[in-house]
Amino acid sequence: MTEPILTVAGVSKTYDSGTVALQPTDLAINRGEIFALLGPNGAGKTTLINIICGIVTPSSGTITVDGHDAIREMRQARRRIGLVPQELHVDMFETVLATVTFSRRLFGRSGHSDYIEQVLRDLSLWDKRKAKIMELSGGMKRRVLIAKALAHEPEILFLDEPTAGVDVALRRDMWKLVHKLRAGGTTIILTTHYIEEAEEMADRVGVINQGKLLLVDDKDALMQKLGKREMDITLSEPMADIPAALSEWDVSLAEDGRRLRYVFDATAERTGIPSLLRKLADLGIGFKDLETSKSSLEDIFVDLVADKVAA
Amino acid sequence: MNTHGIWAIYRFEMARALRTLWQSLVTPVLTTSLYFIVFGGAIGSRMQNVGGVDYGSFIVPGLIMLSLLTQSISNAAIGIYFPKFTGTIYELLSAPISAMEMVLGYVGAATTKSVLLGLIILATAAFFVPLRIEHPGAMIAFLLLTAIAFSLFGFIIGVWAGNFEQLNFVPALLITPLTFLGGAFYSIDMLPQPWRTVSLFNPVVYLVSGFRWSFFGKGDVAIGVSLGVTAGFLALCLVIIAWIFKTGWRLKN
Repeated sequence: MTEPILTVAGVSKTYDSGTVALQPTDLAINRGEIFALLGPNGAGKTTLINIICGIVTPSSGTITVDGHDAIREMRQARRRIGLVPQELHVDMFETVLATVTFSRRLFGRSGHSDYIEQVLRDLSLWDKRKAKIMELSGGMKRRVLIAKALAHEPEILFLDEPTAGVDVALRRDMWKLVHKLRAGGTTIILTTHYIEEAEEMADRVGVINQGKLLLVDDKDALMQKLGKREMDITLSEPMADIPAALSEWDVSLAEDGRRLRYVFDATAERTGIPSLLRKLADLGIGFKDLETSKSSLEDIFVDLVADKVAA
Repeated sequence: MNTHGIWAIYRFEMARALRTLWQSLVTPVLTTSLYFIVFGGAIGSRMQNVGGVDYGSFIVPGLIMLSLLTQSISNAAIGIYFPKFTGTIYELLSAPISAMEMVLGYVGAATTKSVLLGLIILATAAFFVPLRIEHPGAMIAFLLLTAIAFSLFGFIIGVWAGNFEQLNFVPALLITPLTFLGGAFYSIDMLPQPWRTVSLFNPVVYLVSGFRWSFFGKGDVAIGVSLGVTAGFLALCLVIIAWIFKTGWRLKN
Protein backbone atom coordinates (compact mmCIF):
# COMPACT_ATOMS: atom_id res chain seq x y z
CA MET A 1 0.00 0.00 0.00
CA THR A 2 1.43 3.36 -1.00
CA GLU A 3 1.37 6.40 1.23
CA PRO A 4 -1.93 8.30 1.12
CA ILE A 5 -1.69 11.56 -0.82
CA LEU A 6 -3.77 13.35 1.77
CA THR A 7 -4.08 12.65 5.48
CA VAL A 8 -6.50 14.38 7.80
CA ALA A 9 -5.84 13.70 11.48
CA GLY A 10 -8.10 14.81 14.30
CA VAL A 11 -9.38 17.82 12.36
CA SER A 12 -12.35 19.58 13.91
CA LYS A 13 -14.09 22.92 13.67
CA THR A 14 -16.09 24.73 16.30
CA TYR A 15 -17.16 28.24 15.37
CA ASP A 16 -16.91 31.12 17.83
CA SER A 17 -20.65 30.96 18.19
CA GLY A 18 -20.20 27.50 19.67
CA THR A 19 -21.60 25.66 16.63
CA VAL A 20 -19.73 22.44 16.04
CA ALA A 21 -19.39 22.21 12.26
CA LEU A 22 -17.03 19.27 12.28
CA GLN A 23 -16.23 16.76 14.98
CA PRO A 24 -12.66 15.42 15.18
CA THR A 25 -12.18 13.66 11.85
CA ASP A 26 -9.57 11.26 10.50
CA LEU A 27 -9.41 10.54 6.81
CA ALA A 28 -6.80 9.22 4.39
CA ILE A 29 -7.14 9.70 0.64
CA ASN A 30 -5.29 7.33 -1.67
CA ARG A 31 -3.26 8.60 -4.58
CA GLY A 32 -5.24 8.61 -7.80
CA GLU A 33 -8.61 7.66 -6.38
CA ILE A 34 -11.97 9.36 -6.69
CA PHE A 35 -13.38 9.89 -3.25
CA ALA A 36 -16.93 11.06 -2.68
CA LEU A 37 -17.95 12.77 0.50
CA LEU A 38 -21.63 12.08 0.77
CA GLY A 39 -23.98 13.89 3.09
CA PRO A 40 -27.02 16.14 3.28
CA ASN A 41 -26.75 19.93 3.16
CA GLY A 42 -25.11 21.30 6.27
CA ALA A 43 -23.43 17.99 7.11
CA GLY A 44 -19.94 19.50 7.25
CA LYS A 45 -18.71 18.51 3.79
CA THR A 46 -17.76 22.03 2.74
CA THR A 47 -16.26 22.77 6.15
CA LEU A 48 -13.96 19.78 5.84
CA ILE A 49 -12.94 20.73 2.30
CA ASN A 50 -12.41 24.37 3.21
CA ILE A 51 -10.20 23.38 6.12
CA ILE A 52 -8.06 21.17 3.89
CA CYS A 53 -7.76 23.97 1.32
CA GLY A 54 -6.82 26.60 3.89
CA ILE A 55 -9.96 28.71 3.72
CA VAL A 56 -11.17 27.83 7.19
CA THR A 57 -8.83 27.53 10.16
CA PRO A 58 -9.43 24.25 11.99
CA SER A 59 -9.97 24.23 15.75
CA SER A 60 -7.74 21.17 16.04
CA GLY A 61 -5.89 18.57 14.02
CA THR A 62 -3.30 18.34 11.27
CA ILE A 63 -3.43 17.92 7.50
CA THR A 64 -0.65 16.40 5.44
CA VAL A 65 -0.60 16.78 1.67
CA ASP A 66 1.80 14.46 -0.11
CA GLY A 67 4.08 14.46 2.93
CA HIS A 68 3.85 18.23 3.50
CA ASP A 69 2.20 19.72 6.55
CA ALA A 70 -0.56 22.05 5.34
CA ILE A 71 0.49 24.83 7.72
CA ARG A 72 4.24 24.52 8.18
CA GLU A 73 4.85 23.74 4.52
CA MET A 74 1.92 25.72 3.21
CA ARG A 75 3.40 26.37 -0.24
CA GLN A 76 4.26 22.79 -1.10
CA ALA A 77 0.94 21.58 0.24
CA ARG A 78 -1.29 24.15 -1.48
CA ARG A 79 0.47 24.00 -4.84
CA ARG A 80 -0.79 20.41 -5.09
CA ILE A 81 -4.42 21.32 -4.49
CA GLY A 82 -7.08 22.80 -6.74
CA LEU A 83 -10.53 23.75 -5.47
CA VAL A 84 -13.78 24.21 -7.33
CA PRO A 85 -16.14 25.91 -4.89
CA GLN A 86 -19.82 25.21 -4.66
CA GLU A 87 -20.95 28.77 -5.32
CA LEU A 88 -20.26 30.60 -8.57
CA HIS A 89 -17.58 32.93 -7.21
CA VAL A 90 -16.09 34.59 -10.29
CA ASP A 91 -14.85 38.01 -11.32
CA MET A 92 -17.65 39.16 -13.59
CA PHE A 93 -15.61 41.81 -15.43
CA GLU A 94 -12.67 39.60 -16.31
CA THR A 95 -12.30 37.55 -19.47
CA VAL A 96 -12.13 33.77 -19.28
CA LEU A 97 -8.50 33.63 -20.37
CA ALA A 98 -7.44 36.42 -17.99
CA THR A 99 -9.06 34.86 -14.95
CA VAL A 100 -7.64 31.40 -15.67
CA THR A 101 -4.17 32.86 -16.24
CA PHE A 102 -4.56 34.78 -12.98
CA SER A 103 -5.24 31.54 -11.13
CA ARG A 104 -2.21 29.85 -12.64
CA ARG A 105 0.05 32.72 -11.61
CA LEU A 106 -1.48 32.98 -8.16
CA PHE A 107 -0.46 29.40 -7.54
CA GLY A 108 3.12 30.24 -8.43
CA ARG A 109 3.39 29.26 -12.08
CA SER A 110 4.32 31.31 -15.12
CA GLY A 111 1.27 32.60 -16.97
CA HIS A 112 2.53 31.54 -20.37
CA SER A 113 1.67 27.96 -21.00
CA ASP A 114 0.07 25.69 -23.55
CA TYR A 115 -1.48 23.93 -20.61
CA ILE A 116 -4.08 26.69 -20.18
CA GLU A 117 -5.17 26.25 -23.78
CA GLN A 118 -5.46 22.52 -23.20
CA VAL A 119 -7.62 22.99 -20.11
CA LEU A 120 -9.86 25.52 -21.87
CA ARG A 121 -10.27 23.22 -24.85
CA ASP A 122 -11.08 20.25 -22.62
CA LEU A 123 -13.81 22.30 -20.98
CA SER A 124 -15.14 23.68 -24.29
CA LEU A 125 -14.16 27.17 -23.19
CA TRP A 126 -11.49 27.97 -25.76
CA ASP A 127 -13.93 29.68 -28.12
CA LYS A 128 -15.15 31.79 -25.20
CA ARG A 129 -11.71 32.72 -23.91
CA LYS A 130 -12.12 36.39 -24.80
CA ALA A 131 -15.65 36.65 -23.43
CA LYS A 132 -16.29 38.48 -20.19
CA ILE A 133 -17.45 36.08 -17.51
CA MET A 134 -20.63 38.09 -16.92
CA GLU A 135 -21.68 37.19 -20.47
CA LEU A 136 -21.54 33.44 -19.78
CA SER A 137 -24.34 31.14 -18.68
CA GLY A 138 -24.31 29.54 -15.25
CA GLY A 139 -23.03 26.25 -16.62
CA MET A 140 -20.22 28.01 -18.46
CA LYS A 141 -19.28 29.91 -15.31
CA ARG A 142 -18.97 26.61 -13.51
CA ARG A 143 -16.64 25.39 -16.25
CA VAL A 144 -14.56 28.52 -15.75
CA LEU A 145 -14.26 27.70 -12.06
CA ILE A 146 -13.05 24.21 -12.95
CA ALA A 147 -10.54 25.66 -15.42
CA LYS A 148 -9.28 28.02 -12.70
CA ALA A 149 -8.87 25.14 -10.26
CA LEU A 150 -6.96 23.09 -12.84
CA ALA A 151 -4.86 25.99 -14.15
CA HIS A 152 -1.85 25.27 -11.94
CA GLU A 153 -1.83 21.52 -12.69
CA PRO A 154 -2.81 20.31 -9.21
CA GLU A 155 -2.44 16.70 -8.13
CA ILE A 156 -5.55 16.81 -5.98
CA LEU A 157 -8.77 18.36 -7.19
CA PHE A 158 -11.62 19.20 -4.85
CA LEU A 159 -15.05 19.52 -6.38
CA ASP A 160 -17.56 20.92 -3.92
CA GLU A 161 -21.02 19.90 -5.12
CA PRO A 162 -19.92 19.95 -8.77
CA THR A 163 -23.34 19.17 -10.17
CA ALA A 164 -25.63 21.06 -7.83
CA GLY A 165 -27.99 23.07 -10.01
CA VAL A 166 -26.32 21.87 -13.20
CA ASP A 167 -28.21 20.58 -16.22
CA VAL A 168 -27.97 17.00 -17.38
CA ALA A 169 -25.60 17.68 -20.27
CA LEU A 170 -23.11 19.50 -18.12
CA ARG A 171 -23.40 16.86 -15.42
CA ARG A 172 -22.47 14.19 -17.97
CA ASP A 173 -19.58 16.36 -19.20
CA MET A 174 -18.44 16.84 -15.65
CA TRP A 175 -18.44 13.12 -14.97
CA LYS A 176 -16.49 12.53 -18.19
CA LEU A 177 -13.96 15.15 -17.22
CA VAL A 178 -13.53 13.64 -13.77
CA HIS A 179 -12.82 10.25 -15.26
CA LYS A 180 -10.38 11.78 -17.72
CA LEU A 181 -8.54 13.60 -14.96
CA ARG A 182 -8.34 10.45 -12.93
CA ALA A 183 -6.92 8.61 -15.91
CA GLY A 184 -4.24 11.32 -15.98
CA GLY A 185 -3.37 10.57 -12.36
CA THR A 186 -5.26 13.35 -10.56
CA THR A 187 -6.75 12.47 -7.20
CA ILE A 188 -10.31 13.73 -6.95
CA ILE A 189 -12.37 14.46 -3.90
CA LEU A 190 -15.93 15.54 -4.46
CA THR A 191 -18.82 16.30 -2.22
CA THR A 192 -22.34 15.51 -3.17
CA HIS A 193 -25.73 14.90 -1.73
CA TYR A 194 -26.75 12.75 -4.69
CA ILE A 195 -26.11 9.12 -4.01
CA GLU A 196 -26.20 8.43 -7.77
CA GLU A 197 -23.30 10.76 -8.23
CA ALA A 198 -21.22 9.02 -5.62
CA GLU A 199 -22.19 5.73 -7.16
CA GLU A 200 -21.40 6.81 -10.71
CA MET A 201 -18.04 8.38 -10.01
CA ALA A 202 -16.39 7.31 -6.80
CA ASP A 203 -14.03 4.51 -5.87
CA ARG A 204 -14.62 5.11 -2.20
CA VAL A 205 -17.32 6.94 -0.33
CA GLY A 206 -17.30 8.68 3.02
CA VAL A 207 -20.65 9.36 4.62
CA ILE A 208 -20.88 12.48 6.73
CA ASN A 209 -23.78 13.83 8.73
CA GLN A 210 -24.09 16.49 11.42
CA GLY A 211 -20.36 17.14 11.40
CA LYS A 212 -19.46 13.52 11.92
CA LEU A 213 -17.79 11.22 9.40
CA LEU A 214 -19.91 8.14 9.96
CA LEU A 215 -18.07 5.69 7.76
CA VAL A 216 -15.63 5.35 4.90
CA ASP A 217 -15.85 2.37 2.63
CA ASP A 218 -15.35 1.11 -0.91
CA LYS A 219 -18.28 2.22 -2.96
CA ASP A 220 -19.36 -1.27 -3.94
CA ALA A 221 -19.25 -2.51 -0.37
CA LEU A 222 -21.17 0.53 0.81
CA MET A 223 -23.83 0.33 -1.86
CA GLN A 224 -24.41 -3.26 -0.94
CA LYS A 225 -24.59 -2.39 2.72
CA LEU A 226 -27.02 0.38 1.99
CA GLY A 227 -28.81 -1.60 -0.65
CA LYS A 228 -32.31 -0.86 0.40
CA ARG A 229 -34.54 -0.34 -2.61
CA GLU A 230 -38.05 0.76 -3.27
CA MET A 231 -40.49 -0.51 -5.82
CA ASP A 232 -43.35 1.75 -6.82
CA ILE A 233 -46.34 0.05 -8.34
CA THR A 234 -48.73 2.38 -10.14
CA LEU A 235 -52.18 0.89 -9.68
CA SER A 236 -54.92 0.78 -12.31
CA GLU A 237 -57.51 1.68 -9.68
CA PRO A 238 -56.76 3.74 -6.55
CA MET A 239 -56.87 1.74 -3.36
CA ALA A 240 -58.32 2.98 -0.09
CA ASP A 241 -56.61 0.54 2.26
CA ILE A 242 -53.92 -2.06 1.97
CA PRO A 243 -55.53 -5.51 1.87
CA ALA A 244 -54.69 -7.65 4.87
CA ALA A 245 -53.36 -10.31 2.53
CA LEU A 246 -50.39 -8.04 1.76
CA SER A 247 -49.38 -7.59 5.38
CA GLU A 248 -46.37 -9.88 5.07
CA TRP A 249 -44.71 -7.38 2.68
CA ASP A 250 -43.45 -3.97 3.78
CA VAL A 251 -45.88 -2.01 1.64
CA SER A 252 -47.45 1.42 1.96
CA LEU A 253 -49.78 3.56 -0.11
CA ALA A 254 -48.74 6.80 -1.74
CA GLU A 255 -50.35 9.49 -3.91
CA ASP A 256 -53.90 8.99 -2.57
CA GLY A 257 -53.76 5.28 -3.09
CA ARG A 258 -52.67 5.40 -6.69
CA ARG A 259 -49.29 3.92 -5.88
CA LEU A 260 -48.23 1.00 -3.79
CA ARG A 261 -44.71 1.31 -2.44
CA TYR A 262 -42.75 -1.77 -1.46
CA VAL A 263 -39.43 -1.42 0.39
CA PHE A 264 -37.10 -4.38 0.04
CA ASP A 265 -33.51 -5.39 0.56
CA ALA A 266 -31.83 -5.77 -2.82
CA THR A 267 -28.98 -7.73 -1.31
CA ALA A 268 -31.21 -10.32 0.33
CA GLU A 269 -31.52 -13.75 -1.25
CA ARG A 270 -35.24 -13.33 -1.68
CA THR A 271 -36.45 -9.85 -2.52
CA GLY A 272 -40.07 -10.80 -2.19
CA ILE A 273 -40.91 -9.16 -5.52
CA PRO A 274 -42.14 -12.23 -7.46
CA SER A 275 -44.34 -13.39 -4.62
CA LEU A 276 -45.77 -9.91 -4.12
CA LEU A 277 -46.63 -9.61 -7.81
CA ARG A 278 -48.25 -13.05 -7.76
CA LYS A 279 -50.28 -12.07 -4.74
CA LEU A 280 -51.44 -8.88 -6.46
CA ALA A 281 -52.56 -10.97 -9.43
CA ASP A 282 -54.39 -13.36 -7.12
CA LEU A 283 -56.20 -10.47 -5.50
CA GLY A 284 -57.10 -9.05 -8.90
CA ILE A 285 -55.24 -5.81 -8.33
CA GLY A 286 -54.16 -4.43 -11.69
CA PHE A 287 -51.20 -2.13 -12.23
CA LYS A 288 -49.92 0.01 -15.05
CA ASP A 289 -46.30 0.56 -14.16
CA LEU A 290 -43.47 -0.76 -12.07
CA GLU A 291 -40.45 1.21 -11.00
CA THR A 292 -37.66 0.37 -8.61
CA SER A 293 -35.30 2.89 -7.13
CA LYS A 294 -32.64 3.04 -4.49
CA SER A 295 -33.69 4.38 -1.18
CA SER A 296 -33.03 8.04 -0.69
CA LEU A 297 -30.00 9.35 1.10
CA GLU A 298 -32.19 10.33 3.98
CA ASP A 299 -33.26 6.72 4.47
CA ILE A 300 -29.62 5.70 4.38
CA PHE A 301 -28.78 8.12 7.14
CA VAL A 302 -31.64 6.90 9.21
CA ASP A 303 -30.29 3.40 8.76
CA LEU A 304 -26.72 4.41 9.51
CA VAL A 305 -27.58 6.32 12.61
CA ALA A 306 -29.87 3.53 13.78
CA ASP A 307 -27.05 1.05 13.21
CA LYS A 308 -24.65 3.14 15.25
CA VAL A 309 -27.14 3.36 18.06
CA ALA A 310 -27.82 -0.37 17.93
CA ALA A 311 -24.08 -1.15 17.92
CA MET B 1 8.78 33.61 -2.73
CA ASN B 2 5.73 33.38 -4.98
CA THR B 3 6.64 36.18 -7.40
CA HIS B 4 4.16 34.94 -10.00
CA GLY B 5 1.42 35.21 -7.39
CA ILE B 6 2.36 38.75 -6.35
CA TRP B 7 2.56 39.74 -10.02
CA ALA B 8 -0.87 38.19 -10.67
CA ILE B 9 -2.52 40.26 -7.95
CA TYR B 10 -0.66 43.40 -8.96
CA ARG B 11 -1.66 43.05 -12.61
CA PHE B 12 -5.24 42.26 -11.67
CA GLU B 13 -5.48 45.40 -9.57
CA MET B 14 -3.86 47.59 -12.22
CA ALA B 15 -6.18 46.16 -14.86
CA ARG B 16 -9.12 47.10 -12.67
CA ALA B 17 -7.96 50.73 -12.76
CA LEU B 18 -7.40 50.58 -16.53
CA ARG B 19 -11.01 49.53 -17.04
CA THR B 20 -12.02 52.85 -15.47
CA LEU B 21 -9.08 54.80 -16.88
CA TRP B 22 -11.26 57.69 -17.98
CA GLN B 23 -12.65 58.09 -14.50
CA SER B 24 -9.26 57.54 -12.87
CA LEU B 25 -7.71 60.34 -14.92
CA VAL B 26 -10.44 62.86 -15.45
CA THR B 27 -11.71 63.00 -11.87
CA PRO B 28 -8.44 64.13 -10.26
CA VAL B 29 -7.65 66.59 -13.05
CA LEU B 30 -11.12 68.12 -12.87
CA THR B 31 -11.18 68.23 -9.06
CA THR B 32 -7.76 69.83 -8.89
CA SER B 33 -8.70 72.41 -11.50
CA LEU B 34 -11.81 73.30 -9.50
CA TYR B 35 -9.77 73.75 -6.33
CA PHE B 36 -7.41 76.10 -8.15
CA ILE B 37 -10.20 78.09 -9.68
CA VAL B 38 -11.93 78.49 -6.30
CA PHE B 39 -9.05 78.66 -3.84
CA GLY B 40 -6.27 79.80 -6.12
CA GLY B 41 -8.13 82.20 -8.40
CA ALA B 42 -11.20 83.48 -6.56
CA ILE B 43 -10.13 83.42 -2.93
CA GLY B 44 -6.35 83.17 -3.25
CA SER B 45 -6.08 86.51 -5.02
CA ARG B 46 -7.44 88.17 -1.88
CA MET B 47 -5.13 86.22 0.43
CA GLN B 48 -1.73 87.28 1.61
CA ASN B 49 1.26 85.08 1.01
CA VAL B 50 1.62 82.25 3.49
CA GLY B 51 5.16 82.25 4.86
CA GLY B 52 6.45 83.91 1.73
CA VAL B 53 4.72 81.45 -0.58
CA ASP B 54 1.97 82.50 -2.96
CA TYR B 55 -1.32 81.02 -1.69
CA GLY B 56 -2.05 79.15 -4.93
CA SER B 57 1.28 77.37 -4.71
CA PHE B 58 0.96 76.93 -0.96
CA ILE B 59 -2.10 74.66 -1.25
CA VAL B 60 -0.54 72.33 -3.86
CA PRO B 61 1.11 69.89 -1.39
CA GLY B 62 -2.04 69.75 0.75
CA LEU B 63 -4.19 69.18 -2.29
CA ILE B 64 -2.02 66.30 -3.44
CA MET B 65 -2.07 64.84 0.08
CA LEU B 66 -5.87 65.06 0.23
CA SER B 67 -6.22 62.93 -2.92
CA LEU B 68 -3.29 60.70 -2.05
CA LEU B 69 -4.74 59.75 1.33
CA THR B 70 -8.31 59.13 0.21
CA GLN B 71 -7.31 57.34 -3.01
CA SER B 72 -4.71 55.12 -1.32
CA ILE B 73 -7.29 54.03 1.20
CA SER B 74 -10.09 53.52 -1.34
CA ASN B 75 -7.93 51.66 -3.82
CA ALA B 76 -6.47 49.20 -1.37
CA ALA B 77 -9.73 48.84 0.56
CA ILE B 78 -11.80 48.01 -2.52
CA GLY B 79 -9.03 45.73 -3.79
CA ILE B 80 -9.37 43.36 -0.85
CA TYR B 81 -13.03 44.07 -0.03
CA PHE B 82 -14.29 43.12 -3.48
CA PRO B 83 -13.05 39.50 -3.40
CA LYS B 84 -14.69 39.21 0.02
CA PHE B 85 -17.91 40.62 -1.40
CA THR B 86 -17.99 38.45 -4.55
CA GLY B 87 -16.63 35.36 -2.79
CA THR B 88 -13.57 35.04 -5.01
CA ILE B 89 -11.46 35.39 -1.86
CA TYR B 90 -11.60 31.59 -1.59
CA GLU B 91 -8.93 31.44 -4.26
CA LEU B 92 -6.60 33.86 -2.51
CA LEU B 93 -6.98 32.04 0.78
CA SER B 94 -6.27 28.64 -0.76
CA ALA B 95 -3.30 29.79 -2.85
CA PRO B 96 0.32 29.12 -1.90
CA ILE B 97 0.89 32.79 -1.22
CA SER B 98 1.95 34.27 2.09
CA ALA B 99 0.18 37.13 3.80
CA MET B 100 2.98 39.53 3.06
CA GLU B 101 3.06 38.53 -0.60
CA MET B 102 -0.67 39.15 -0.87
CA VAL B 103 -0.23 42.56 0.79
CA LEU B 104 2.64 43.31 -1.58
CA GLY B 105 0.36 42.68 -4.56
CA TYR B 106 -2.61 44.71 -3.31
CA VAL B 107 -0.75 47.49 -1.54
CA GLY B 108 1.85 47.67 -4.31
CA ALA B 109 -0.86 48.27 -6.90
CA ALA B 110 -2.74 50.76 -4.70
CA THR B 111 0.50 52.63 -4.04
CA THR B 112 1.37 52.74 -7.74
CA LYS B 113 -2.03 54.14 -8.58
CA SER B 114 -1.93 56.80 -5.84
CA VAL B 115 1.58 57.93 -6.69
CA LEU B 116 0.60 58.26 -10.36
CA LEU B 117 -2.45 60.19 -9.28
CA GLY B 118 -0.30 62.47 -7.11
CA LEU B 119 1.95 63.18 -10.07
CA ILE B 120 -1.05 63.90 -12.32
CA ILE B 121 -2.36 66.41 -9.79
CA LEU B 122 1.08 67.95 -9.54
CA ALA B 123 1.24 68.31 -13.33
CA THR B 124 -2.26 69.81 -13.39
CA ALA B 125 -1.28 72.27 -10.66
CA ALA B 126 1.71 73.37 -12.72
CA PHE B 127 -0.74 74.75 -15.28
CA PHE B 128 -2.32 77.08 -12.73
CA VAL B 129 0.43 78.21 -10.39
CA PRO B 130 4.20 78.62 -10.44
CA LEU B 131 5.75 75.64 -8.68
CA ARG B 132 9.13 75.13 -7.16
CA ILE B 133 10.24 71.92 -5.51
CA GLU B 134 13.24 72.45 -3.30
CA HIS B 135 13.79 68.82 -2.35
CA PRO B 136 12.51 66.67 -5.25
CA GLY B 137 14.07 63.52 -3.80
CA ALA B 138 12.36 64.05 -0.47
CA MET B 139 9.13 64.96 -2.27
CA ILE B 140 9.08 61.61 -4.12
CA ALA B 141 10.10 59.74 -0.95
CA PHE B 142 7.30 61.38 1.03
CA LEU B 143 4.82 60.68 -1.73
CA LEU B 144 5.81 57.01 -1.73
CA LEU B 145 5.96 56.59 2.03
CA THR B 146 2.54 58.19 2.51
CA ALA B 147 0.99 56.21 -0.33
CA ILE B 148 2.35 52.95 1.09
CA ALA B 149 1.26 53.76 4.66
CA PHE B 150 -2.28 54.70 3.63
CA SER B 151 -2.63 51.84 1.20
CA LEU B 152 -1.76 49.54 4.09
CA PHE B 153 -4.36 51.36 6.16
CA GLY B 154 -6.86 50.95 3.31
CA PHE B 155 -6.11 47.24 3.16
CA ILE B 156 -7.03 46.99 6.86
CA ILE B 157 -10.26 48.94 6.22
CA GLY B 158 -11.08 46.59 3.34
CA VAL B 159 -10.60 43.54 5.53
CA TRP B 160 -12.60 45.11 8.34
CA ALA B 161 -15.50 46.41 6.25
CA GLY B 162 -18.62 44.29 6.27
CA ASN B 163 -20.50 46.37 3.70
CA PHE B 164 -20.04 49.24 1.29
CA GLU B 165 -21.10 51.87 3.85
CA GLN B 166 -18.32 50.84 6.19
CA LEU B 167 -15.95 50.79 3.23
CA ASN B 168 -16.64 54.45 2.51
CA PHE B 169 -16.97 55.47 6.12
CA VAL B 170 -13.32 55.97 6.95
CA PRO B 171 -12.21 57.87 3.83
CA ALA B 172 -15.29 60.11 3.81
CA LEU B 173 -15.89 60.72 7.50
CA LEU B 174 -12.41 60.47 8.95
CA ILE B 175 -9.72 61.18 6.38
CA THR B 176 -11.37 64.06 4.51
CA PRO B 177 -12.12 66.09 7.68
CA LEU B 178 -8.70 65.33 9.13
CA THR B 179 -7.06 66.51 5.92
CA PHE B 180 -9.12 69.70 5.71
CA LEU B 181 -8.29 70.39 9.37
CA GLY B 182 -4.73 69.17 8.87
CA GLY B 183 -3.43 72.29 7.20
CA ALA B 184 -4.10 71.35 3.61
CA PHE B 185 -5.34 74.86 2.86
CA TYR B 186 -3.65 76.85 5.62
CA SER B 187 -0.67 76.86 7.89
CA ILE B 188 -1.63 75.84 11.41
CA ASP B 189 0.26 78.95 12.57
CA MET B 190 -2.74 80.87 11.23
CA LEU B 191 -5.01 79.19 13.79
CA PRO B 192 -5.83 80.77 17.15
CA GLN B 193 -5.06 78.84 20.29
CA PRO B 194 -6.21 76.30 21.49
CA TRP B 195 -6.84 75.03 17.95
CA ARG B 196 -3.19 75.20 17.06
CA THR B 197 -2.34 72.77 19.88
CA VAL B 198 -5.35 70.57 19.12
CA SER B 199 -4.16 70.35 15.52
CA LEU B 200 -0.92 68.76 16.68
CA PHE B 201 -2.96 65.67 17.61
CA ASN B 202 -4.08 65.35 14.00
CA PRO B 203 -1.63 62.98 12.28
CA VAL B 204 -2.41 64.46 8.87
CA VAL B 205 -0.79 67.73 10.00
CA TYR B 206 2.55 65.93 10.03
CA LEU B 207 2.03 64.46 6.58
CA VAL B 208 1.02 67.73 4.97
CA SER B 209 3.75 69.62 6.78
CA GLY B 210 6.49 67.19 5.75
CA PHE B 211 5.28 67.15 2.18
CA ARG B 212 5.10 70.93 2.08
CA TRP B 213 8.63 71.10 3.46
CA SER B 214 9.86 69.12 0.45
CA PHE B 215 8.33 71.80 -1.80
CA PHE B 216 9.13 75.05 0.01
CA GLY B 217 11.80 74.12 2.54
CA LYS B 218 9.57 74.86 5.53
CA GLY B 219 6.65 73.22 7.27
CA ASP B 220 4.55 73.57 10.41
CA VAL B 221 6.57 70.94 12.24
CA ALA B 222 10.15 69.73 11.87
CA ILE B 223 10.72 67.41 8.91
CA GLY B 224 12.19 64.72 11.21
CA VAL B 225 8.99 64.65 13.24
CA SER B 226 6.91 64.41 10.06
CA LEU B 227 8.99 61.50 8.83
CA GLY B 228 8.82 59.80 12.21
CA VAL B 229 5.02 60.05 12.41
CA THR B 230 4.58 58.76 8.85
CA ALA B 231 6.98 55.85 9.38
CA GLY B 232 5.36 55.09 12.73
CA PHE B 233 1.92 54.94 11.13
CA LEU B 234 3.26 52.66 8.41
CA ALA B 235 4.78 50.34 11.03
CA LEU B 236 1.54 50.29 13.01
CA CYS B 237 -0.42 49.26 9.91
CA LEU B 238 2.09 46.48 9.21
CA VAL B 239 1.67 45.14 12.74
CA ILE B 240 -2.14 45.16 12.42
CA ILE B 241 -1.97 43.36 9.06
CA ALA B 242 0.40 40.74 10.48
CA TRP B 243 -2.13 40.19 13.27
CA ILE B 244 -5.03 39.95 10.79
CA PHE B 245 -3.35 37.18 8.85
CA LYS B 246 -2.17 35.39 11.96
CA THR B 247 -5.67 35.21 13.39
CA GLY B 248 -7.59 35.12 10.10
CA TRP B 249 -9.73 37.96 11.44
CA ARG B 250 -12.60 38.77 9.04
CA LEU B 251 -10.87 36.74 6.33
CA LYS B 252 -11.28 33.18 7.55
CA ASN B 253 -14.35 32.32 9.56
